[in-house]
Amino acid sequence: MRLREICDTLKCEVMGGEDQLDMEIDVGCGADLMSDVLAFIKPNALMLTGLVNAQVVRTADIADVKAIVFVRGKKPDKDTIALAKEKGIPLLSTKLLMYESCGRLYAGGLRGGSEV
Amino acid sequence: METLFSQQFLVEGGDFRNAGNASTQIKTILKQIGIPGEVIRRVAIAAYEAEMNMVMYAKRGVMTLRIEPMKVEISVEDEGPGIEDIELAMQEGYSTASPEIREMGFGAGMGLPNIKKNSDEFSIASTVGKGTQLSIRIRNRVVQSE
Repeated sequence: MRLREICDTLKCEVMGGEDQLDMEIDVGCGADLMSDVLAFIKPNALMLTGLVNAQVVRTADIADVKAIVFVRGKKPDKDTIALAKEKGIPLLSTKLLMYESCGRLYAGGLRGGSEV
Repeated sequence: METLFSQQFLVEGGDFRNAGNASTQIKTILKQIGIPGEVIRRVAIAAYEAEMNMVMYAKRGVMTLRIEPMKVEISVEDEGPGIEDIELAMQEGYSTASPEIREMGFGAGMGLPNIKKNSDEFSIASTVGKGTQLSIRIRNRVVQSE
């Protein structure tokens, strides 16, 4: 699914990476635990999270996450936005809660990474 | 085995602002050398988990990247409290993390098991009151198949 479609589906505000909305995302992963992101996420994923600190972007960079959606209306601070820009990772923010955000994307065809 | 490249990275305990910098540098170096993407990802995740552990628990530590034709090795040596029960620390879900660490999304007790999962060879040694050493080896598959 294209990031632009994800942005429309979740009615996102784009916090960074406006020029990268045409990128293709393979898989979605919703988590508030970065430890779990590192343990379970697949490459070329969209990360949905309610955490907004800079460590979220560092984790995303290490795990080859392509873009981040902050759920529940959370917005990152300036440092986090600057780091994401440096790493080339687009940031989106949606007012939807985690469950509904993931549900809408899954219904729209973005698959998950479960191995069972 | 011949070492193609080697570099040391210093990690300061409690320095959450720079947490992840060493692993990010390691990832960049591996990309520049042309290591395959899936190998880079495993090395980067293992290195980052180890680096976060040092930032969260140790006073300071050194992470050494060594690239050989057949494998990438990360050695970690920290000065810190050490681990009393390694078997327990290796269990998924076991953690001694503070609330501050958990608020950042870490300390879920997944770090050491995840380092092991991403390694082809993994060893850990620790002395209580002194520190912990890790050895992480990941095969460089493409070079191996040539």
